[in-house]
Amino acid sequence: MLAIRDLNVHYGGIHALRGIDIDVPDGKIISLIGANGAGKSTTLKAIMGLVSKSTGHVYWDNTDITGMKTKDIVNSGIILCPEGRKIFPDLTVDENLSVGAYLRKDKVAIAKDREIAYDLFPRLAERTWQLGATLSGGEQQMLAVARALMSKPRLLMLDEPSLGLAPLVIKDIFSVIQKIKEEGVNVLLIEQNAKAALDISDYAYVMESGVISMAGSGKALLSDPRVQKAYLGE
Amino acid sequence: MGFLHTWLPYILAGIAVGGQYALIAIGYTMVYGILRLINFAHGDIFMWSGLIMVYLITTLPLWVSIVLVILFAIILGTTIEKIAYRPLRTAPRMSIMISAIGVSYLLQNFALYITGGLTKTYPAIALLQRAVSIGPATTKMVTIITPFLTILLVFLLVMLIQHTKIGMAMRAVSRDFETSSLMGIDINRVITVTFVIGCGLAAIGSVLFFSNYTGINPMSGAMPGLKAFVAAVFGGIGSVPGAVLGAFVIGIAENIVKGTGWTTFSDAFTFVLLIIILMVKPTGLFGEKDIDKV
Repeated sequence: MLAIRDLNVHYGGIHALRGIDIDVPDGKIISLIGANGAGKSTTLKAIMGLVSKSTGHVYWDNTDITGMKTKDIVNSGIILCPEGRKIFPDLTVDENLSVGAYLRKDKVAIAKDREIAYDLFPRLAERTWQLGATLSGGEQQMLAVARALMSKPRLLMLDEPSLGLAPLVIKDIFSVIQKIKEEGVNVLLIEQNAKAALDISDYAYVMESGVISMAGSGKALLSDPRVQKAYLGE
Repeated sequence: MGFLHTWLPYILAGIAVGGQYALIAIGYTMVYGILRLINFAHGDIFMWSGLIMVYLITTLPLWVSIVLVILFAIILGTTIEKIAYRPLRTAPRMSIMISAIGVSYLLQNFALYITGGLTKTYPAIALLQRAVSIGPATTKMVTIITPFLTILLVFLLVMLIQHTKIGMAMRAVSRDFETSSLMGIDINRVITVTFVIGCGLAAIGSVLFFSNYTGINPMSGAMPGLKAFVAAVFGGIGSVPGAVLGAFVIGIAENIVKGTGWTTFSDAFTFVLLIIILMVKPTGLFGEKDIDKV
């Protein structure tokens, strides 16, 4: 389980995160919703050690991973599937998956996980030798998720996986996210598509200007009038 | 036959010099590919490799000296990266560029201090100096060895980049630092490996290059460094095959110019070539269109 305690982040002169607390218990999908610039991506980057944390702590299975190197955090079983997919355009689909497994040495298990990834996304299996740049947006997002899974994470963090995708593709991606959870991987999901996120979430946090303004089960937030008004457009 | 008689020696010399430029140019192009930095100190690392050879050969056997020269260049290059470039990695690109120029002058001036500004005699390596005849032309062994050795090293390098894990990491990092580190790639290690390769090849190039000349002084790295840089730009900076091709084109072209009797202008010709390339195809032969990172 991941526990964030009183996390504060300063970006230049901006106080981007103002003492947030988030729990990601095992076997659950937790989502973080909120407007652009609320600090959602910063939270994930802070967990990965990509921004200098001013104060606060991130505990992963009761170990304090605050200030650890990104590489060691990945090694400990956390992976971030970044916003905008960020697949490597001049690497093949297969190589993109290999980069995901970069820190692993167990060749046999990697080969097996590669097959699992291709089973999960059959469209990628038809394109193993294609360069990342030649994939469609939806395929790139599938590749980004598959690449993240290649690290064999125990916590998968997804930053805006539905961004810029067609509704049908979004449905696909979200059903895969649920499958991933059923495989026993914890999921921390960031979404602007609040409805889709809350639908599959066990618990969710609403973020506003660097603070957690609301929290509750996915269902509870879906029916909360404030959430409906601000994030669901109802 | 008359044509061959006249031109073969120049073409052979051009291919050899091209190979030597190629070995230097790879260092420029690879460092640029990953750091988007033109490592102005690269030509001076090349010069220092030559200088160290002069000192080592007085007490050590040839092969030991060559190995030590390569090691020296690698240590010098990676140390420069750690001290002068790494702390500036998040700074504006201009700062790291200025730092590179500073290191270049530092290396030149330090060489000036050590040598007292005198031209040192580069050791004559018997194997490389041996005379060989090819058809109507008589030339030195180094002229024959250089292109083959260059092609072999470039082939090995391309294999490394395309088919090994560290090569894959280099390709990933050259595109996207942040995502690469999110996947667990140690960026610093990849950058160090890049400098190891670039400086190692430049050191090998220095043995071949300086074998063609008798003397070496603190400014000896400037012109070949600049030519290799032009070669890298010509081929499309960031691309290894581009740099190698560019280097051979420049080496051959400049020797053909020499053959026509315009020796005085052979250097100028190279830079005119650069200007033309920049006007016609600013990204070079194999250059990427838009390489600015977000």
